[in-house]
Amino acid sequence: MLNRRHFLTGTAAALTAQSLLPAWAQSGPRGNTGLQRVTNNRFDFTIDHTPISIDGRRAPAVTVNGTLPAPLVRLQEGEDVLLRVENKLDEWSSIHWHGLLVPFEMDGVPGVSFPGIAPRSTFEYRFPLKQAGTYWYHSHSAFQEQLGLYGPLVIDPAGPEAAPYDREFVIVLSDWTFQDPHRIFAELKKMGDSLNYQKRTAGDLIADAREDGLGSALENRAMWGRMRMMPTDIADVNGAQYTYLVNGHGPSDDWTGIFEPGESVRLRIINASAMSIFNVRIPGLPMTVVNVHGLDVRPVTFDEFQIGTAETYDVIVEPQDRAYRLVAASIDSSGQALATLTPRMGETAEAPPLRPRPLLTMKDMGMAGMAGMSGMDASMATPDEPGMQGQGHNLSYPDDQPKDRMKDGMHMGHESPGMTEHDHPMGPAVAATAMNPVSRLDEPGIGLERVPHRTLSYSQLRSRHPNTDRRPAEREIELHLTSNMERYMWSFDGVRFSEVEESIKLYHGERVRMTLVNDTMMPHPIHLHGMFFDLVIPGYEEDEDGERYLPGLHTILVKPGEKLSVEMTPPELGDWAFHCHLLYHMHAGMMQVVSVLPPDERPPLQMVGMGPPAATKPDKDHDAMSHGDHGMTGMGGDQ
Amino acid sequence: MRHFLNSLAVLAVTVAGSSAFAQSSSANPWDAADAVYGPDTMRKARERLLEENGRTPFGLFMLDRFEWQDTGGDGTLLWDAQAYYGGDLRKIWMKTEGDYALDEGALEEAEVQLLYSRAISPFFDLQAGIRHDIEPDGLTHLAIGIQGLAPYWFETDTAVFLSEDGDVTARIEAELEWFLTQRLILQPRIEAELSAQTIDDRELGSGLTSLSIGGRLRYEFAREFAPYIGVEHRSSFGGTADFIEAAGGDPSETLGVFGTRIWF
Repeated sequence: MLNRRHFLTGTAAALTAQSLLPAWAQSGPRGNTGLQRVTNNRFDFTIDHTPISIDGRRAPAVTVNGTLPAPLVRLQEGEDVLLRVENKLDEWSSIHWHGLLVPFEMDGVPGVSFPGIAPRSTFEYRFPLKQAGTYWYHSHSAFQEQLGLYGPLVIDPAGPEAAPYDREFVIVLSDWTFQDPHRIFAELKKMGDSLNYQKRTAGDLIADAREDGLGSALENRAMWGRMRMMPTDIADVNGAQYTYLVNGHGPSDDWTGIFEPGESVRLRIINASAMSIFNVRIPGLPMTVVNVHGLDVRPVTFDEFQIGTAETYDVIVEPQDRAYRLVAASIDSSGQALATLTPRMGETAEAPPLRPRPLLTMKDMGMAGMAGMSGMDASMATPDEPGMQGQGHNLSYPDDQPKDRMKDGMHMGHESPGMTEHDHPMGPAVAATAMNPVSRLDEPGIGLERVPHRTLSYSQLRSRHPNTDRRPAEREIELHLTSNMERYMWSFDGVRFSEVEESIKLYHGERVRMTLVNDTMMPHPIHLHGMFFDLVIPGYEEDEDGERYLPGLHTILVKPGEKLSVEMTPPELGDWAFHCHLLYHMHAGMMQVVSVLPPDERPPLQMVGMGPPAATKPDKDHDAMSHGDHGMTGMGGDQ
Repeated sequence: MRHFLNSLAVLAVTVAGSSAFAQSSSANPWDAADAVYGPDTMRKARERLLEENGRTPFGLFMLDRFEWQDTGGDGTLLWDAQAYYGGDLRKIWMKTEGDYALDEGALEEAEVQLLYSRAISPFFDLQAGIRHDIEPDGLTHLAIGIQGLAPYWFETDTAVFLSEDGDVTARIEAELEWFLTQRLILQPRIEAELSAQTIDDRELGSGLTSLSIGGRLRYEFAREFAPYIGVEHRSSFGGTADFIEAAGGDPSETLGVFGTRIWF
């Protein structure tokens, strides 16, 4: 039967929107009954501009074969595939296969692994499938990903499915804006905080003063003011600009999946957004994760989890004879994506209201456990809530800490390094460094610290299969995630991608550790192309069977003020993109290239070194005065 | 001042230290795909990529104050605008301000500055260029200043001017923004003018010549468009006040204002 909303909005626009969607993404009057398990090994894609409709409002999008999201690519492990991509745009385009282990020249990053797909031309991607699982694909050119060029990719395993199910859905989460992304990027550069409509106001000051006393409320504001940072600065682009989508449907389009009660349903959840990190829950329906980033993991059951941009989580749910609402809320609580899972079309569950806006804490500033700053919300890091046992650090906030240590807040600019070494270049690109970064793998993430139910954290993940390479890492590369939010500059080790002179070198088959230190106050989903890395979980060595089961990931959401390590064995030669998957951070310069070279090209270990890679140099502008010959030509050379 | 010195020190250190980084080779930063797709094709692709990821230029036009001031009679129209174009660290910057007396139908003061601006620290830019006063006297000045965001969210702009007559003056501005709600914003503003010498032509004494303290309450219908009302108190001091009193004026006045703040 027709549900009320579709009846009311059954305009030409809404119908057009439905007919423009591929079957797996359609909701329509009958709902979506799940994926067909039909694989193919040849796909023909056309990239073009297509008008779409989101919540009844029309807008131009960049699409594959006229749909948003792009078609489901369903493949079979072990086969060779051919994907012909015709670019009908008047600009360069590309498609990157996120998480797929392909020869580097098929990886699809313009300027790194191939030239890109020229305007009005066709490119053929050919590669063998060496893996199974849930992945996705997206444009790696300009802002095309923000404009709609992303789609799901599922590879069925050659052997039996590790986690069998009766029905499956793809849940593609994304963020849609009716504004021009170039304009949003320019606004972030010029007046970044203008996009935030969740700032602390005079009203908040009064409320805090009532609760904690005026002195501590003012002291708290003074501390943030000294640093010129805002505790509400959590998502640069947020619900004020975005409509959050499930399978191309806005909250009032309400994508609807139909199941039979008692079935085991697999949800392949993909965060295909440009700038959004989501807290995902289905009130009343626990989720059991079985696959993360395409790789099978040991089942863990929880009620809510955080999914970083570009991550995929496959969860199994066993819904009863009732309707459920799937909620994916932006971590700053500025908006949420909604969808319905129901046994009968027309029946849905109430959408929960947005939760209160979260605030960043001392820990997010890289100052974990360093002092009892009055007015700071210490409970956010204290595991005293039901369902929070075993999560969060046993932080103490000793009162005897010298207060003046806190005076300067984060290390501002150019003072000497504190507790953690920061031997990367400083300067205008680096507004702050984390004094005391800590492991936060056992935390569920911003906005989930105090929810009254089970959450998931990275440290709970274990691979289903034992790790194959247990050699200790021969060397370690430490990289700092750096920013100056006021200028909206984002970089690795203080060097924007446009100023990088050398890639990060890895050697084929070597065991190498990469340590990431987040000096910024934002979480960053850091993605390395071309390989999976094992996430090092502090305190975990091996299981009782003597094997190690570290989870393999292609993207790691590094929390603010966090320090974590991953280890990898580069399996494939070539140049691979390495970047923050928040699209506007990447465009601001938070990107590098990892070159995997033949092992015989590796210099002696003492020369490769343990510190940051030789790739870094100070952001060029400082030395511009003395070295005008750096390939710079006046203004144009160093913007 | 501490920040200014800090910034200078940083500038010195980075200039001195940069030679260590100057030896990087001119070889391609990475080139595996050259063998597959051709070096020339890949070189162009790399250029497009780097242009797109860190080097995107942008521009701002900000009409911070465009207002009517209740200076008696028909009042005065005042503008105070800035515009820039460039990258994260280096920009071309234009500033203009002035006022137009509605009674006389004439510009009282009008100046334009054209500056080159470069980042010297995370929050501050060093700016240098020229300032031309269209009114009252058509004088041109050299201008050098520091603009940026000070701790506690003070937007500051400090500049020193050397006129073609050899006179040195300075101006210090600071603004704050207090969010009463997400759209209703109170902006306190302070501006001080200083002169190193008495300038008879401009009726300025030496020392602190004038101080304006004001508050403007704006409502941001959009972030880019906000009408406001406000009040401003101006005082002149020392020799400057004497000039005004000698002319029969009041060296201290309080004005109501209303106007619009626009940026894009």
